[in-house]
Amino acid sequence: MAKSVSGDANTRELIAFRVGRQEFCINVMAVREIRGWTAATALPRAPHYVRGVINLRGAVLPIVELAVRLGLPSNEPSARNVIIVVQIAHQQIGLLVDAVSDILTASDASIQPTPDVASDLVKTFVKGLLPVEGRMISLISLDHVLPPSELEAA
Amino acid sequence: MDPMAAIRETFFQECEEQLAELEAGLILMESGTAEAETVNAVFRAVHSIKGGAGIFALDALVRFAHVFETALDQVRSGTLAAGPAVLNLLLRAADVLADLVRAARENGTVDEARTAALVVEFIQISNLGHEPPPAPKPKATPKVPVWNIAFTPTPALYAKANETALLLRELRRLGPVQVALDVTGLPELSELDPEGAYLTWNITLEADCPEQAVRNVFEFVEDDCVLEISAAAAEPVLKPGDVITGDNGFSFEFFPPSMPEDEEVVAAEPEHHEAPQIAAQKSNPVEAMAAKAESAAAVSATIRVDLDRVDRLIDLVGELVINEAMLSQRVLEAGIARASGVAMALEELEHLTREIQDSVMAIRAQPVRSVFQRMPRLVREVAAQTGKQVRLLTEGEGTEVDKTVIERIADPLTHMIRNAIDHGLESPEKRHAAGKPAEGVVRLTALHRSGRIVLEVADDGAGINRERVKQKAVENGLVAPDATLTDDEIDNLIFLPGFSTASTVSDISGRGVGMDVVRQSVAALGGRISIASRPGHGSTFTLSLPLTLAVLDGMVVSAHGHTLIIPLGAIVETLKPKAADVFPLDGEINVIRLRGGYVPMVDVAASLGYCEEFVEPDQSVALLVEGEGGVRAVLLVDAIHGQRQVVIKSLEANYRAVPGIAAATVMGDGRVALILDVDAVVKTARNESTRGEPGRSELSLAEAR
Amino acid sequence: MITTVLTVDDSRAMRDMLRHSLLAAGFRVLQAEDGLHGLEVLETERPDVIVTDINMPRMDGFGFIEAVRRDETRRSMPVLVLTTEVDIEKKNRARAAGATGWIVKPFDPIKLVEAIRRVAA
Repeated sequence: MAKSVSGDANTRELIAFRVGRQEFCINVMAVREIRGWTAATALPRAPHYVRGVINLRGAVLPIVELAVRLGLPSNEPSARNVIIVVQIAHQQIGLLVDAVSDILTASDASIQPTPDVASDLVKTFVKGLLPVEGRMISLISLDHVLPPSELEAA
Repeated sequence: MDPMAAIRETFFQECEEQLAELEAGLILMESGTAEAETVNAVFRAVHSIKGGAGIFALDALVRFAHVFETALDQVRSGTLAAGPAVLNLLLRAADVLADLVRAARENGTVDEARTAALVVEFIQISNLGHEPPPAPKPKATPKVPVWNIAFTPTPALYAKANETALLLRELRRLGPVQVALDVTGLPELSELDPEGAYLTWNITLEADCPEQAVRNVFEFVEDDCVLEISAAAAEPVLKPGDVITGDNGFSFEFFPPSMPEDEEVVAAEPEHHEAPQIAAQKSNPVEAMAAKAESAAAVSATIRVDLDRVDRLIDLVGELVINEAMLSQRVLEAGIARASGVAMALEELEHLTREIQDSVMAIRAQPVRSVFQRMPRLVREVAAQTGKQVRLLTEGEGTEVDKTVIERIADPLTHMIRNAIDHGLESPEKRHAAGKPAEGVVRLTALHRSGRIVLEVADDGAGINRERVKQKAVENGLVAPDATLTDDEIDNLIFLPGFSTASTVSDISGRGVGMDVVRQSVAALGGRISIASRPGHGSTFTLSLPLTLAVLDGMVVSAHGHTLIIPLGAIVETLKPKAADVFPLDGEINVIRLRGGYVPMVDVAASLGYCEEFVEPDQSVALLVEGEGGVRAVLLVDAIHGQRQVVIKSLEANYRAVPGIAAATVMGDGRVALILDVDAVVKTARNESTRGEPGRSELSLAEAR
Repeated sequence: MITTVLTVDDSRAMRDMLRHSLLAAGFRVLQAEDGLHGLEVLETERPDVIVTDINMPRMDGFGFIEAVRRDETRRSMPVLVLTTEVDIEKKNRARAAGATGWIVKPFDPIKLVEAIRRVAA
């Protein structure tokens, strides 16, 4: 049976965004909304990539600075930053990125595996590379963005 | 949602209510305080479940419910005396019924042997040796063709001395007829022609004959009338005693509307006690029923509301509170005088908002009864499993708490009660040897105390075996072998993760469900759990929870530039600390002298990791706070910014628990502010200030009393 | 003319079930949760047929039927009993109270509708 090029079950829609000089993308199904930057309230003794929490229409949303999480150099956030609100399991979190660049449609076949020489950190998050118009966009998985909560002895 | 799925859901919800009624009623019967109506209600509960189960063809449930219902019917009619053995059976049957309902709902399984064993017991006590008497063999109504005949004679017919009656008689020879007279054609009497014909007869004839046979009856008068004959839909006329049958034993039996002298069964049956009852009832049933209903209605008029709607309302009111705060802030910033019309109107608004919020919260407030009700069964089961004798006493079932809290205390309470029976209470032999009654007591209490709800689970068992607990903790590497610990500290070891004194992982309290899990779930609710134990006399676990997870009265403070909320309920007083009263302890900790005693001081900003250096005591504001168990500390902050009622937002929902922080809220400027977990902060301070000082804990305990 | 049916049963699930079946058959459905409630409904409505349970709190089916019949204008209103009871004594009691018919649960919706149609006629 001939496979159709577009519209078959093996394509997905991705949203691409920039962090520093690199581009990443995530499945659009995980994205709830995109909003401008708001100053976050710091959380005591939080991991360095958790900038704090903001108020999203009455709910408390943690903000993860993706640059820091991925081990990339980071700048002080400003009004030029963008927060992508994503749904991971039963939680919503906000990813702090530089800008949203594109909405792409890609088939499973077009995604290339992550090269082995990549760092552990990268390998945890990056599930593949997507070549688009001469750029390499890293497809990231959100499952490990927030580590599981550890049991703290009372 | 598919309508049947919705109805099924409704059915299972109703089952839960019926099961609760059933258990409550049986318990009343057990204590001898039940009235006739209680027994009726118990019967109806099982009857209802059986009826509904039939709709969805839940066969196992229907079968068991039927046996159960039959026994209950015998109890309520007096045929079966409800002695202790019978009531015990009924209670166990209620448990099995609940299991069957749950299994039906979740497509799970039940212990069939247990079910079968109970059925056998039912048969034995009530001599139910047979299936319910089969319904009397219904006479199936044959489907006979029906003819609709509309017969309108013309004047000519009468002129020929024919009469409708004769024709009808002829028709009757073919089969039963029903006749209706249509008189709409009749004119006014003054215009009536005595030899005219104005009537139409509508006749329904049940006859297994061809149409021609019907026509033949009218043969003679064919030209003198208007005749319409049609075959009706094959619905024969209903006769008394007619029975329509269908699938699943459906049977519809038709009684005629008014047959007092009807033959058959009424007189034939020997007079039984039912008859006089009927007569007596006939005299004043409505009044009696109405009177009963009035007293029932006086108890409470209620209305069922979709929970989603209430939640939405609560959210909206929460937003209203935030907005009102924002407005107040803007007004303040705009420099509007406090005595001005605007400011005063705003104050009115604040009062109103607060009242709305209180009312709305009250909608969700529920008595803990619904959770307490599950406990008797639990106690029965655990007692049976551990071979112990237990009596459960409950107090304060009417104590109200927000629905959000209610749902989440069930699990911790369950574990605590299991623990009390499994580990707290001794076996009947041991109790006897100790001079105690063989039956142990577990007391479950709920009450309000200083703006929180307090739940206590107390047992009169052996108390915490401190030797064993300490030993186990050492074995598991939780404490150093040579550490000296106070009784209180040893008791609290059981809350540490990975701790268990059970030599075998008992099915009940084992399997990873330790007291550490209980403490965590309580902490997630913003609550605290503590324990008091006396060897030989028993232990008491105290659970203290906020009344609602939704709203809090707090003091707004700032520490190192960060805005924090401190729950008002935890604040005893504010102080201006003087350097002279502050004494260092072990270099890092400070205590402050307060009215003859010493209280540890906590630099909030440092404690939360906001900054490294400690603030100077005389450049800060101090708050004397009290945590769970009366433990006190003095918190140092930069400034106090007033009091506010805040809507509590969960941190765990989208993130996780943060040590030292209870929850979050949204301030007037739309930004998130964190709510301090006073108990945690105080505890840390306490631990640090008493580390390595064996006697001090007891001193502080004494101080707290 | 749409046939109006009043269903009286203390089980919400059963009322939903009946409503589902009867609406599908084109009837207009009124509901009550026990005998007393049923009488309240009858103060302002005139259903063509009543379908009632026996075991209900506050006022059971027997009491309800007797109260219905006590009103002259409701003597010929068809009242069908819908119940899981198979007891002959109860059946006779219903008849004596003035019931028009006796249907045993679990009910076959199609047959129930048929029965209602026929007594309503």
